[in-house]
Amino acid sequence: MEINIIIFGQLRDLLGKGLVLNDVADTDSLTRVLNEKYPGLAHSTYRIAVDKEIVTENTLLPQNCTVALLPPFSGG
Amino acid sequence: MATVIIPTPLRKFTNNTPRLEIKAGNVKEVLHDLSLNFPELKKHLLDEKGSIRSFVNIFVGDDDIRNLQQEQTEVKENTVISIVPAIAGGAPPTSPEGGLSSTTKDEILFSKEELARYNRHIIIPGFGIEAQQKLKAAKVLVIGSGGLGSPVLLYLAAAGVGTLGIVDFDVVDDSNLQRQVLFGVDEVGVLKVNAAKKRLQALNPYIEIVVHSTQLTSKNALEILKDYDVIADGTDNFPTRYLVNDASILLDKPNVYASIFQFEGQVSVFNYKNEKGEPGPNYRDLYPTPPPPGLVPSCAEGGVLGVLPGIIGSLQALEVIKVITGVGEPLSGKFFTFDALTFETRTFNIRRNRDNPLNGDNPTITALIDYEQFCGVKAVETPIKEITAKELYDWQVRGEKFQLIDVREPLEYDIVNIGAELVPLATVSGYADNIFRDKKVVVHCKVGGRSAKAIRELEEKFGFDNLYNLKGGILAYIDEVRPELTKY
Repeated sequence: MEINIIIFGQLRDLLGKGLVLNDVADTDSLTRVLNEKYPGLAHSTYRIAVDKEIVTENTLLPQNCTVALLPPFSGG
Repeated sequence: MATVIIPTPLRKFTNNTPRLEIKAGNVKEVLHDLSLNFPELKKHLLDEKGSIRSFVNIFVGDDDIRNLQQEQTEVKENTVISIVPAIAGGAPPTSPEGGLSSTTKDEILFSKEELARYNRHIIIPGFGIEAQQKLKAAKVLVIGSGGLGSPVLLYLAAAGVGTLGIVDFDVVDDSNLQRQVLFGVDEVGVLKVNAAKKRLQALNPYIEIVVHSTQLTSKNALEILKDYDVIADGTDNFPTRYLVNDASILLDKPNVYASIFQFEGQVSVFNYKNEKGEPGPNYRDLYPTPPPPGLVPSCAEGGVLGVLPGIIGSLQALEVIKVITGVGEPLSGKFFTFDALTFETRTFNIRRNRDNPLNGDNPTITALIDYEQFCGVKAVETPIKEITAKELYDWQVRGEKFQLIDVREPLEYDIVNIGAELVPLATVSGYADNIFRDKKVVVHCKVGGRSAKAIRELEEKFGFDNLYNLKGGILAYIDEVRPELTKY
């Protein structure tokens, strides 16, 4: 089961523009896996969207879904 | 069920329905279903032989069916099918419903000059004089007249928004001109609100411009925002973002939000009431808490491509116009992102959060708070010490002991200099050991922007407290005390 992850804003410095992960069941496991792989991420603020829906609670990741990591930025 | 999106010109054949849900296995079946239910629409989509007309493009998801399996292209549950005719049809003018309704249309009249000016709006089917009247009756407050504020203000002024308020405390700096298209070289050093008012009034003399030359704070925000119908947030820091959001919620006003970072932009419409009077999500539903201090650089630190705020600010102006007029569907409950490098746009759905401290189930914030403390950063950098050209000249004449540093580039120094040590901005930190601590140090550049940056850097990194910025830079010095020197 492939999960396609797209990265935005400042998080690109940490994770690059995108990555693909396998066998991650839900968004909580996803954050765990990413935090282990990219220690700096744990200190970042961002929102997770699963297939274009921004989610606030732990959410199951459907097969071949696209996950977006959306950090805030404030430039004007 | 697949969703078929009907474009505006064809909606007169679908009883004004913009979206249709159709059960079908492929595009051919979708077209068959449409033809049965809407015979008039069929004529516009298919020719006599039943083939799709050459000027009608049909997209399944993001792809043209010509590049898929034509009419045999599979349609699944939740597939979105868009019909995009190449030639725009002439829909009859309809009056937009919704939008702001503070004034009845009889009270809003236009002069002959205004009617001529707004002609291209008035003749758009579905916009017309009614929408133009709503624009003229509307009061919009634009917070921040920088990269985003520039296009927002220019387009809203041009479009005929009757009252435009501008909040900004800053003056125009050289480094603004790469993206803040409201301003030109002549306005460097001038208060942004005053420069903006002059430019906008020249663009459209039939509207009123109200300036608020102050920093928006928890003390003055409610008072400033309360007289406006729509807020457009184009500020450049997190404390003010949360302040504008919270003040809009407390005052029950829609907040059209946009933000930029390097090559990326975000847009959304917050706290927009639907026809049932229910408010849409706001910034705290999207980002309940700010990022840790110092982790997200501002435009001044991270940089921004100049044209990006032009694109994103124009989208922001568009959403303001939609909120005012009720034309179309505002970006409420949606979060739009644009990546200039890949030219990719994405729209995410956001929902209201029951835990929102302002308007969730149990609101805990009922008045504005200290947003600098909440975000752990200052909204505006602390002021630095300044010296005028005349004072500097007096020091020189009196023979006072001080160090004079010029942070411009060598090329500029060769054109004209006033005998300072040349330390280009990028190299000041490396020069810190050579900067005096026991007497006053005056730092200058061309007009004062780069020297201010140099002073902040030296104060933050090395704790200097004896640095003075030459106000107006070498240009002011030449104007005020040494007119014989070369200006550039």
